[in-house]
Amino acid sequence: MGGVRVILISGRTLEQGTNLENKLSDEYMNATAVCELSERELEKLGLKGDGTERVRVRTSAGEIVVAAKKGEGYPEGVAFIPMGPWANAVVNGNTKGSGMPFFKGIEAEIEPTDDEIPSIYDLMRRYKE
Amino acid sequence: MAVYTDVLCPFCGCICDDIVVEVGEDGKITKVKGACAIGRSKIMGHDRMESPAIREDGELRDCSYDEAIKRAAEILADARRPLLYGWSSTVCETDRAGVELAVEIGAIIDNTASVCHGPSILAIQDVGLPSCTLGQIRNRADIVIYWGSNPVFAHPNHMKRYSYLSKGRFTPGGKKDRKMVVVDVRETKSAKLADLFVKVRPGGDFLVFSALRAILRGHEDVVPDEVAGVEKKDLLSLAEMIKNANFIITFFGMGVTHSGARHNNIANAIEFTRAAHLHTKATIMPMRGHYNVNGFNQVCTWLLGYPFSIDLSQGYPWYNPGETGAVDVLVHGECDAALIISSDPASHFPADAVRHLARIPVIQIDPYPNPTTEFADVVIPSAICGVEAEGSVYRMDSVPLRVRKIVDSKFMADEEIIRRILEEVRAIKEKEGE
Ligand code: SF4
Repeated sequence: MGGVRVILISGRTLEQGTNLENKLSDEYMNATAVCELSERELEKLGLKGDGTERVRVRTSAGEIVVAAKKGEGYPEGVAFIPMGPWANAVVNGNTKGSGMPFFKGIEAEIEPTDDEIPSIYDLMRRYKE
Repeated sequence: MAVYTDVLCPFCGCICDDIVVEVGEDGKITKVKGACAIGRSKIMGHDRMESPAIREDGELRDCSYDEAIKRAAEILADARRPLLYGWSSTVCETDRAGVELAVEIGAIIDNTASVCHGPSILAIQDVGLPSCTLGQIRNRADIVIYWGSNPVFAHPNHMKRYSYLSKGRFTPGGKKDRKMVVVDVRETKSAKLADLFVKVRPGGDFLVFSALRAILRGHEDVVPDEVAGVEKKDLLSLAEMIKNANFIITFFGMGVTHSGARHNNIANAIEFTRAAHLHTKATIMPMRGHYNVNGFNQVCTWLLGYPFSIDLSQGYPWYNPGETGAVDVLVHGECDAALIISSDPASHFPADAVRHLARIPVIQIDPYPNPTTEFADVVIPSAICGVEAEGSVYRMDSVPLRVRKIVDSKFMADEEIIRRILEEVRAIKEKEGE
């Protein structure tokens, strides 16, 4: 199955905020290890977007597996991951001299996958290697 | 049972000050009223870091405050280019102590503004900020614009307490007396509530601000039929709304600071506000995230002359975000130790920055464990400011407020932790100097 190219943005959600100081919890993972996609993109990927399927998101900075969910109000070609460690796994650290990384407007490729979503501990372990 | 009224919420830049907190006989908080879901969860508290700890052979071992503070001081005194980062979810008194520590050890000191409203600060330094207080907005604003900001999620009580849904002196009808406009790249929950939603192509905000400026300054002829996905007729009707308003406020969020032209976006947003001034009263304000992110910027500006991303390694403050920002010094592999206070860069920094953080000694001061704890070498639990410790904070509109201590705690307050580390560092240096 082929992938789709999107512009990726990250940002806040209510669930992400409520669990902001509870980041090692399952609630935080369920709230932030997700990629919200428009209906058009889900269709192209052959996914339902009910949160049970997973996608691999790839950018110039790296790749990450997260749950795929239908998001409301997205224009075609825009995908969203709540801010947090899963989103930042694919954010580039080059601030282009501004001090601020590009957390939004990232070119990304998304494809369906059967791989597991890494837990927060797996993610941090990766950084230690 | 004790009931505390008019409690201030120490979570987001709204610092709602009408919260009611009930405390049971055992000194534990039993109920929080008036706060939003995020604020309630913060004040109620949950799984804390129970003890100071030091990492040995890869595992965290519990220890005393004395031992953890001593180890932290050794790490910092040893470091050649230490980074002191966080400072936004604590009080100004802690930030002041942090600046003293930074000066003492020649550190880079930076707060979460550098990944949030840093670009806004750069723009404000360039072109100023025609702003006001949230009280003025509550009493006067008849047009409320949220641009690249989703208050329903990020600042849930903002609309109810200060803007669209609040009732004020000249806006007694609440939302009947106001119009709300949301500009965003997607139809957010906030956008659904708005009287007018303007959908911009990602990264297109700069162009839309420019087009509005042109229209407000009487040059609509230069505006093309479509600007970054927005039809000219919609821009004209928004400009018309603005011209006919009594008092406009534009709240802008990370949708504008994180994308496209960043600080240039904000400078243009401020110039748009100035153009609106030709017709009516117009103001603009950043939607600051952490409750005291602004406070750190204020404290650093009084003490060092610059608001964030300050390098003190040369013996005087040097400010050049992009070179001296926390993300930059981590991505460039420059710093060799980090103290992280009330923040979680492991979650909120890009992968490249986290990778370096995982390689260097890290001291963490926080009430809660978080992903940064996973590679912290020294962990120092702290009291929650605004619940277990008091202090001064600055709301998003730069109004200083005092957050209170509601319950007792066995944990040390942030300021004391920093001051004790500072004392230890001085003692080590004195010994070395002998
Ligand atoms: S809006 Fe912000 S300050 Fe107000 S209760 Fe919610 S989290 Fe606290």
